[in-house]
Amino acid sequence: MATKLPKVPVVIVGMGWAGGIIASELTKAGVKVVGIERGKDRTTSDYLMGHDELRYQHRTELMQDLSKETITSRNNRSMTALPMRSYGTFIVGDGVGGAGSHWNGQTYRFLPYDFEIKTLTEQKYGPNKVKPEYTIQDWGITYDEIEPYYDKFEKMAGISGETVELYGKRSNPYPTGPMVKTPIMKEFEKVTKKLGFSPYVIPSSNLSETYKNPDGIQRGACQYCAYCENFGCEYGAKADPAVTVIPVAKNTGNLDLRTHSNVTRILNDGKKATGVFYVNTITGEEFEQPADVVVVASYVFNNVRLLLNSGLGKPYNPETGTGAIGKNYCYQVTGGATTIFFNDKEFNLYGGAGALGMELPDFTGDNFDHSNLNFIHGAGIRVTQYGNRPIANNTVPKGTPSWGAEFKKQSIKYANSTFPVKVQAASMPHRENYLDLDPTYKDAYGMPLLRMTYDYTEQDREIVKYMAQITKKIAKEFGADIMETNEEQAPFNVNKDGNTHNTGGVIMGADSETSAVNSYLQMWDAENVFVAGASAFPHNSNYNPTGTLSALSYRAAEGIIKYIQQGGLLV
Amino acid sequence: MSENEKNQQGVQDKTRRIFIKNSGLTVGGLIVGGAVGSLFGIKSDTKTEPATAMVHESAANPNEALMYFNQEQYQTTAAAAERIFPKDESGPGAKDLNVAIYIDHQLASPWGVNAKDYMVGPFQKPDEKQGGQLRILRKDLFLLGLKGLNDYSNKTFKKKFTELEAKDQDAILTDFESGKAGDLSGVSTNVFFKMLRTLTIEGAYADPMYGGNKDMQGWKMRKYPGSYMGYTKEIQSDKFVALKQQSLHDHMGH
Repeated sequence: MATKLPKVPVVIVGMGWAGGIIASELTKAGVKVVGIERGKDRTTSDYLMGHDELRYQHRTELMQDLSKETITSRNNRSMTALPMRSYGTFIVGDGVGGAGSHWNGQTYRFLPYDFEIKTLTEQKYGPNKVKPEYTIQDWGITYDEIEPYYDKFEKMAGISGETVELYGKRSNPYPTGPMVKTPIMKEFEKVTKKLGFSPYVIPSSNLSETYKNPDGIQRGACQYCAYCENFGCEYGAKADPAVTVIPVAKNTGNLDLRTHSNVTRILNDGKKATGVFYVNTITGEEFEQPADVVVVASYVFNNVRLLLNSGLGKPYNPETGTGAIGKNYCYQVTGGATTIFFNDKEFNLYGGAGALGMELPDFTGDNFDHSNLNFIHGAGIRVTQYGNRPIANNTVPKGTPSWGAEFKKQSIKYANSTFPVKVQAASMPHRENYLDLDPTYKDAYGMPLLRMTYDYTEQDREIVKYMAQITKKIAKEFGADIMETNEEQAPFNVNKDGNTHNTGGVIMGADSETSAVNSYLQMWDAENVFVAGASAFPHNSNYNPTGTLSALSYRAAEGIIKYIQQGGLLV
Repeated sequence: MSENEKNQQGVQDKTRRIFIKNSGLTVGGLIVGGAVGSLFGIKSDTKTEPATAMVHESAANPNEALMYFNQEQYQTTAAAAERIFPKDESGPGAKDLNVAIYIDHQLASPWGVNAKDYMVGPFQKPDEKQGGQLRILRKDLFLLGLKGLNDYSNKTFKKKFTELEAKDQDAILTDFESGKAGDLSGVSTNVFFKMLRTLTIEGAYADPMYGGNKDMQGWKMRKYPGSYMGYTKEIQSDKFVALKQQSLHDHMGH
């Protein structure tokens, strides 16, 4: 029997970037908030033994416990989806900070083109450029409208970077200067400039210098210790909700943070939410928490699953193309890289940072002409230096056996002498790529798991072919001894693919028929439910998603405060 | 406060000052989240461990004992791992790095019983693009694999795996890798092989506290420094900077 708790103004599900930002903004405005987090509370003192590649990266210390909850996946509707039993492609965060604790910290803005992709593509290339099975749509917000929220997020997190001409207009420069340039970054800069491109230093949440944000939070500079992705930052140099927005919310006295609490259902009467139902993951106790406003701010997968398991919104149907919950699931495309090997040069690749690298703006979005190309959008082409941890990095030239004397010799020979010119390409939504509930598999609390139906499309394969030629051209200029290009995009493989940027499923838009939430992330079908996170993206751009999902969270916070005052649909 | 604790406090304060100096972090204003406080207990990267201390420790290392394997299983694992990562002119192989000790400890850990994996049925045969769908636990699969190595060696060469010449051991492992060696209670030998390979690499390069990477020699071979507080200076250098290896043990602040 669940314990029914007294009603509160706002309950937030999930304490990562989206939930943390909203909690911080609401509590600063004097609103009492209950923050529910399925994992544990965290501070930098938890990371004193943080430089442990095995524990954090390979044994996924900061990730969700799959024994309690996972997803099922299949490449198309004719297959039976099977559970992701251990981690492969996706790493889903757990605990206060969420994925914002274990991320690399690359913090971009999306392009003006992204927010009006359908309108702008049709204007420039005609209505038949994109086939109807690609369900692209405008976001219901323009770049100019979202710009102030990007600015706010960048100031809070202290993003380090340099202004790029080919990108959207900025009201302010980045609050801190760009990260340092390492020899491989300088070389990338040199060769790409020679080719006529415009390289820039990747915007970073790993602080380039000491910074004090508008909330009074002061953090030290990144030490380039090479333990970012999969790891927490023991210096607090990497922006993480646990060292920025969460402590600010706690300091107001208005945040009631409940950890080890897993929300399994949003209680509702079909029109509005009445609260949430959650289970204490340690004791098994069940609670009903009534609330005036429910903010769903967990990871993409769980946002979609919670709505479907609660009967909120209309589930997407791939047969008819109707319904919105689960629609436009997108990923990212990373084929097309060229790996280079030097026989007699060694770099200090043991050091680095999660957001240390250089990138080209020239092949992103619609910054190049697509008239004669069989795809839209583009890719960030980049060289990064995350720090080559030794278990994960054993790149050897093709033809080398995967074990034995020759493998050992080559993997040691090139340990500090190889790196890729990489591609991170946009992902366009397709009618057959979607999320729904699995008919067979359930989580530890008896609720159905989320089922993913996804594979790369023709658009993705074309983009990879195109970008592969560019990475090859750049790599050639490096004058390396060995060059290997990955020319074709292989089918999606839940074990192997190396990207964890999942988006969509609760998408935003201007039309309640084709989207789930409005530009304040307020549900069309339940006005007191706000669904924040990358689940709101109608497509995925060629950038890392955190900057955009955080900007949208600031806008959602503004919307929630407005809703508390006036009620009703805000758009 | 005991004399010992006082000394310890002194070390920590010094460390904190060094970090603040290195990072340019000035104390003042509102510091939340423990950005400075968390550094207590971390030793600075200027500290060096005398080489003799390390040799002494390795001479009587209580970590070199078995939690899971029996002697024969240990020997077979050590022999197979050595073929995956053999001793050569660049340095020690899996045997000298204590990789089999590492594997033993891992199989005895929660990872060995798939504690963080989704283990609810039904277990169905996956498409090659879907993840593994095994009901069998890692610790059990590994023992089946070891038995499989000996059975296949006996069948092929009339000897146990550990008694074979290196080239014959390689032949056995090659058949395990390709799956030609058949099944182990319904699981392809390839699945066991992949697990053995992954564990061997981990055992060569994981922090030495896990039992392998003996005396950080795995790291030394590839000039990996291990665990430092930062590399701001090194990463900007045009020359390769070789650093003396440090492990998490150096962060204990004892």
